[in-house]
Amino acid sequence: MQDKVVIKDLYKIFGPEPDEALALLEQGFSKDAIFERTRTTVGVQKADFSIREGEVFVVMGLSGSGKSTLVRMLNRLIEPTRGQVIVDGHDITQMSKKQLIEMRRSTMSMVFQSFALLPHKTVAENAAFGLNVSGASKNEQRDRAMRALETVGLAPNADSYPDELSGGMKQRVGLARALATEAPILLMDEAFSALDPLIRTEMQDELVRLQETEAHTIVFISHDLDEAIRIGDRIAIMEGGAIVQIGTPEEIVTKPANDYVRSFFYGVDVSKVFNAGDIASKSLLAVFERTGVNLRSALAQLRDHRGDVAVVIDRGGQFRGLVTVNSLAAAAASDNPQWEAAFLKDAEPVPAEMELSEVLTRVTASERPVPVLDADGRYRGVVDKTILLHTLDKTT
Amino acid sequence: MANGITDFQIPIGDWVADGVDWIQINLTGVLDGISEVLELVIDSFEGGLQAVPPVLLAALIVLIATWRVGWKFGLFSVAAMVLIFGMGIWPETISTLALVIASSLVALIIGIPIGIAMARHDPVEAVVRPVLDFMQTMPPFVYLIPAAIFFGLGKVPGSIATLIFAMPPAVRLTNLGIRQVSEEHVEAGKAFGCTSHQLLFKVQLPLAMPSIMAGINQTIMLALSMVVIASMIGAGGLGNTVLTGIQRLDVGLGFEGGLGVVLLAILLDRITQSFGAVGGAAAAPSFFGRMRQAFERWKDSQSSDV
Ligand SMILES: Nc1ncnc2c1ncn2[C@@H]1O[C@H](COP(=O)(O)OP(=O)(O)OP(=O)(O)O)[C@@H](O)[C@H]1O
Ligand SMILES: [Mg+2]
Repeated sequence: MQDKVVIKDLYKIFGPEPDEALALLEQGFSKDAIFERTRTTVGVQKADFSIREGEVFVVMGLSGSGKSTLVRMLNRLIEPTRGQVIVDGHDITQMSKKQLIEMRRSTMSMVFQSFALLPHKTVAENAAFGLNVSGASKNEQRDRAMRALETVGLAPNADSYPDELSGGMKQRVGLARALATEAPILLMDEAFSALDPLIRTEMQDELVRLQETEAHTIVFISHDLDEAIRIGDRIAIMEGGAIVQIGTPEEIVTKPANDYVRSFFYGVDVSKVFNAGDIASKSLLAVFERTGVNLRSALAQLRDHRGDVAVVIDRGGQFRGLVTVNSLAAAAASDNPQWEAAFLKDAEPVPAEMELSEVLTRVTASERPVPVLDADGRYRGVVDKTILLHTLDKTT
Repeated sequence: MANGITDFQIPIGDWVADGVDWIQINLTGVLDGISEVLELVIDSFEGGLQAVPPVLLAALIVLIATWRVGWKFGLFSVAAMVLIFGMGIWPETISTLALVIASSLVALIIGIPIGIAMARHDPVEAVVRPVLDFMQTMPPFVYLIPAAIFFGLGKVPGSIATLIFAMPPAVRLTNLGIRQVSEEHVEAGKAFGCTSHQLLFKVQLPLAMPSIMAGINQTIMLALSMVVIASMIGAGGLGNTVLTGIQRLDVGLGFEGGLGVVLLAILLDRITQSFGAVGGAAAAPSFFGRMRQAFERWKDSQSSDV
C-alpha cells in the first residue's frame, strides 16, 4: 500500500519560547522536566511515521499524551512548531492560507467527539456543510448530502433538526458531513467516545463495513483498546507526546515495546479481545469467484496451487462454500458439473464476531481451516490452528 | 504652605471643558452630520408610526404579542393598549417608542460590530472592555450634559445620550456569545474549510445568537429607561409626562406617565425575549423550521399524486 500521509520530525510545543524546549528535548529532558524549567508544554515530539492509503490508523494513549494535538497538526488546526506533514506529496506546513483552505475542503475532513453539529440547520444542511462552504450549488449540496446520509442510514431524518436525534444518530450526521465532501482522508478524534457502549459497537462495525466498500484513509483517536483492535489496521501508542510503538493490533498485543504499552493490555484476556474477524486471514486459501471460473479450470488451478482447499465466493463477495481438489474432481466428473456438488458438507463458517475462545473449539474440531463471515455473509478470511496458536501463545 | 493640601487640585473639570470647547470649534461639520443622520432616522420612525391609525397600530402590537409570546400575553397587551388610550397618552407613548427603536437600532448597528471585533481580536477586547465598564458605571444623567452641549436640546441629543448609554450590553453580549461558541464548533468550521468570514457568519454568529438576542433585549430596555431621563433635555414622549408631573407636583399625571413606561417596558421586553429563544440550542425546531417542514410534506403529497 502507498503512503498517503507522511509525517516527518513533527513537533508541537505549547508556549511562547519553543526553541528552548526543543533544545532541552534534544538533550533528553522529559516533558515534565521541560515544563518545570520553561513553563512550556510538549504537545507532540519527534513524530516520524506514515499513514498508508486506505488504512484505519488508530492513535491510542493516556489523557494528555498528545493524540488530539497530533491529528490537529495534520490539517493544521494546530500549527506545528517544527517538521513536515506531507499529504499526497504536498507539504501542508508550507501551504498558504488559501491552499490550506482548499486542502481542507477537498482532501481531509473531520469527525468530532461532541459531534459539533449546527443546531439551527437541518440534518441534510449539516451534512452538506462542507459543500456549502466550498460553494457547491444548492442541488449538488442536497444530492451529495442525501447520498452520504443514505450511507449512514439517516436519509429518512434529513429534514429533522439535530436536537431531535439521539447521540448515535447525531454522530452519524457528523460522519455523513465528513463523507459528503468525498475527502479521501478522515480524521476522527474520539468520534465514538461520547456514545453508550451498544451504539458505540454498532458505529464501529459500520465504520468497518464502510471501509470495505469505499476505503478512506482514517486517522482515528481512541483511548479504548477494544475499539482500537476492532477497527484499526495499525495502532500507534503515544506517551508524553512521543510515539512509542506502531504496529498491527496483533503486533502491539503480542510484542509490546515497553511496560507503558504493556500496561494497556494488562489483565486483558486475549481470547476475549480478539474475535474471529480480527485474526482471519485472506491469504491462506485460494479464492474462486463462482461466476468467473468454471469447475474444470478451478480444478486445474488448484492442482497447480500448493494448497488443496479453496474458497468459493459470489461476485458480491458472499461466501458460497469450501472445495477441495477431490470434491472438485468428483463434481467435474459428473454429467452436469455444478459448483454446489463440490461444496464440502462439513465446512460450517463462523461469524466474524465470534470470540476466540469459541473459535478455538471449532478450529480444533475441524481438520480444515474455518471460514469467517461478516454479518452480511461476506467472506472475511479463514482461521486455522497455526494462526490461532500464534495469537494465543505470544500474549501470556 | 500651611494649607498646601487644600490648594492642591487636579483640574479635570477644566480639562474636560477645554476638550469640549475644542470639539465644538473644530468638529462642527462632524457634529452636524451626526445630528442630521440621527434626525432623519428618528423622524422617519416617528413619522411612520404616527402615520398608522392608532387603532391599527394597537391591533398590530396585540397581534405580535399573541404570535410571539402567547394568547395570555395577547390579552395583557389588549389591556395595556386600552389603558394607554384611556389615559390619553398614546401620542407620547408612540413618540417614546419611536425614539427607543431609533436609538436602539443605531446602538446595535455600532455595538454589534464592535462586539464581533472584540471577540476576534484580544487587543480590541483589552481596549474596549474598560471603556464599557466606564460607560456602565457612569450615572446616566452625566450623558445628558455633553449631548446637550454638542447637539443642543431636543430628540437628537436625547437619542445620542440614549444610544451611548444603551450600547454596552449589545457589545458585551455579542463578544461573550461568540467567545462561548464551543472550541469543537469552531474547529469543525475550520476543518471543513471555512474562511474566517464564513466561520463568523456560518458558525459563530448563529451559535452566539441567543446571547446576542439577550444583548439586544437589554439594549432596548436600557434605551427605554434612558429615553425617559432624556426628556430633561427635551426628548419629549412619556418622560415628558413624568417630568411635567414632577414639576407641577401632580402625582396623578406623574403616575400615568410612569405606568405608560412600565407597560411599554413589559411589551418590549417580552416580545424581544421571544426572538432570543428562536436560535437557542435548546429550542426545538423553530417556527420557520416547522413551517418549512409542513411545506415540504405538502409538496411531497402533491408530487406523489401526479
Ligand atoms: N492550547 C494548548 N495550550 C497549552 N497546552 C496545550 C494546549 N493544547 C494541549 N495542550 C497540552 O498538550 C498536551 C497534549 O494534549 P492533547 O489534547 O493532545 O492530549 P490528548 O492525548 O488528546 O488527551 P485527551 O485524551 O485528554 O484528549 C497536554 O499536556 C495538554 O495539556
Ligand atoms: Mg484529545
